[in-house]
Amino acid sequence: MENTAIENTVQDTSQIKGWGVDSDTENDPTYPMKHRNNGEHAGYSWERPPQQQTDVEILHSNERPNVSAVFGTSTPPAGLSGMIRRYAFKYSESSYGHWLPLMLADRVGVVEGYLEDFSRGHVPNVFAERGWKAEWKHNRTSLVKRVLVGAVVATAAVAYLRSGSDDSSAKKERRPRRARR
Amino acid sequence: MLAMNFRGPLRVRIDHKPMPEIQHPQDAIVRVTRSCICGSDLHLYNGSVPDTRVGMTFGHEVTGVVEELGAGVGNLKIGDQVLVPFNIACGKCVFCQQELYGNCHESNSQATAVGGIFGYSHTGGGYDGGQAEYVRVPYADVGPTVIPEGMDPDDAVMLTDVVPTGYQAAEMGGIQPGDTVVVFGAGPVGIMAARCAWLFGAGRVIVIDHVDYRLEFVKNYAPCEAYNFKSLGDVVVFLKRTTDWMGADVCIDAVGAEAAGRVMQTILGRKLLMQGGSATALHWAINSVKKGGIVSIVGVYGPIDTLVPIGNVVNKGLTLRGNQASVKRLLPRLIEHVQNGILDPKALITHRIPLEEVSDAYRIFSAKLDNCIKPVLIPPSARS
Ligand SMILES: NC(=O)c1ccc[n+]([C@@H]2O[C@H](COP(=O)([O-])OP(=O)(O)OC[C@H]3O[C@@H](n4cnc5c(N)ncnc54)[C@H](O)[C@@H]3O)[C@@H](O)[C@H]2O)c1
Ligand SMILES: [Zn+2]
Ligand SMILES: [Zn+2]
Repeated sequence: MENTAIENTVQDTSQIKGWGVDSDTENDPTYPMKHRNNGEHAGYSWERPPQQQTDVEILHSNERPNVSAVFGTSTPPAGLSGMIRRYAFKYSESSYGHWLPLMLADRVGVVEGYLEDFSRGHVPNVFAERGWKAEWKHNRTSLVKRVLVGAVVATAAVAYLRSGSDDSSAKKERRPRRARR
Repeated sequence: MLAMNFRGPLRVRIDHKPMPEIQHPQDAIVRVTRSCICGSDLHLYNGSVPDTRVGMTFGHEVTGVVEELGAGVGNLKIGDQVLVPFNIACGKCVFCQQELYGNCHESNSQATAVGGIFGYSHTGGGYDGGQAEYVRVPYADVGPTVIPEGMDPDDAVMLTDVVPTGYQAAEMGGIQPGDTVVVFGAGPVGIMAARCAWLFGAGRVIVIDHVDYRLEFVKNYAPCEAYNFKSLGDVVVFLKRTTDWMGADVCIDAVGAEAAGRVMQTILGRKLLMQGGSATALHWAINSVKKGGIVSIVGVYGPIDTLVPIGNVVNKGLTLRGNQASVKRLLPRLIEHVQNGILDPKALITHRIPLEEVSDAYRIFSAKLDNCIKPVLIPPSARS
C-alpha cells in the first residue's frame, strides 16, 4: 500500500502574513518562572555534563535518546519485578503499557521483599513498620476500634465459611438423595 | 549507615545500608543533620507512584555537612553546612539555563516529564534519599547552598522545599493587588502558600481543609480565613457566595493526589489507583475560580490520566499553571525573607523525631496524629 503519512514541511515564518506582530513576551504564562532564552529551538545541543559510569542496570524512557548524564543507582531491576519493569520501558510515558506494568512490578516487588527478608532470616515486623506504636500512643481508641472491627469481621468470615462448608457438605449429602428419587 | 527502607505500601523501617559513594565527578556525600517527611512522600508511602521499588530510601528535604567531594566540585568544601534543594539539577541543560531547575533534562533517565528528585522513586530518577545518615548529592556545585551564618537549622531545612513551593504556588497565581486567593490544603505547603499570597499583594486569603488543628494553625500563622470543607456543604457554592458570586481571582491546589472530599475521586484515585490520584481539590479549584482566573497547581499527581472538569477550563477561559518548585531560582529571595523575619518557616515544625523511629514518624504525619504539621527526622550524629 502507498504510504499515506502526512508530510510536515517546515514553514518559513517570514512568509506568514502577520507572524509575530502581536507577540508579547510578558504574556508568557510561565513568566516570570523562567528566563526565556528559547534554547530549546536549538534542540538537544548543550554541552552535556560528564557521563556517570556504572555497572548497574539503568532503564531509560523511550522519550529520550540516552540515559541522563547523572542518575540514581538505588535498587536496580531484579527478579520477576525487574523483568516486568524492563518490559514496561518498551512503552512511552504516554502509554498505559508503561505505567500499569510498573504498578504491577511494584506489588510483585513487595512479595519479593518478603522473600528477601526471609532468606536473610529476618521476619519483618509489619506492625512496627506500619507505625502502630505511634497509633497506640496517639490514636488508641481508633486503633482498638479498628482491631476489634477487624477481629469481628474475621470471626464472622470464619463462621460464614464454616457454615458455608457445612452447607455444601449438607448439599452433597442431599443431592444423591434427590438423585435417587 | 542507618537509612529508611521502603518495604511496600504503608510499610517503612530503619535498616543498615551501605554508605553512599561518589559516582560522578560532580557528586558530594553529605552527612545528614535534618531530613523532613513531606506530603510528597505520602504518595510514595501509599504506593501510588509507579516504579517505587522496595528497598529504596526516601527523603528530599535535607540539610547536612559535606563529608566528601568529587574531583569536579568547585563551590563547596569539606565541612560546609549545606541545605540541599529537593530538585537534582545539572545547571547546563536548556531547562536549567532558563532557571527551570525542577525540570532538568540530565538528572532523570526514567521519565522525561519530571527532573530528578532525591528519594522519589525511579520515576523521579532512582536516587536514594536523605532519610538516612548519609546521602549522595549529585551536581553538588548547582543545588546545595551553604547555610548562611546564624540561620536556624530548622529554617534551613524548610528552605529545601516547603518555603519555595509555597512561595512559587503564590507566584504562579499571578496574584494582583487586592486579589482573593483561595488555597486548598492546610498542610505545610498550603500554609506557606497562604502566607506568601500576602507577599504578592493578595487582598483576601482563604484556606480550605478538613483537619481542624491545621486550619486553626494557618488561621493564626498566615493569617487568613480558614474553613473546614466538611462544614461548608458545597465548597464551590460557598466560595462563589463569599466572593459576591464572582469566584476567587486565584485558586491554589496544595493538596494533590491524596485529596479527600469526593467519593468518586477517592475511589478511583486513591483506592483503585485508576487515575493519577484523587483530584478533588483541583476540581474545586477549577470550579471556584473566577472566569479568566488562574489556577496554580503544586499538589503532586501521578503520571497517568486524572479526571478534572477540563471543559470548564475552556469555557471559563482559565490559565492553569503548575510545576515542581524551582528551589534554586527562589533561594536568594527566600533566604532574605527568612533573615529579615518576613517568613518564619520553622514554626511549622511540630515534631523532631529520631531517624530510628521513622516508621512511627510516617504514621504520625500520614494519619495526622498528635496535631502534626511538619515532622523532621534527626539522625543520631546530629542529636546532642
Ligand atoms: N510542586 C512541588 O514542588 C511540591 C513540593 C512539595 C510538596 N508538593 C505537594 O504539595 C501537596 C501538599 O504537601 P504537604 O506537605 O502540605 O502535604 P500534606 O499531606 O501535609 O497536606 C495536604 C493537606 O490537604 C488536606 N486536604 C485533603 N483533601 C483536601 C481537599 N479536598 N481540599 C482541601 N484540603 C484537603 C489534608 O487534610 C492535608 O492537611 C502534596 O501533594 C505534595 O506532594 C509539591
Ligand atoms: Zn517535599
Ligand atoms: Zn539541567
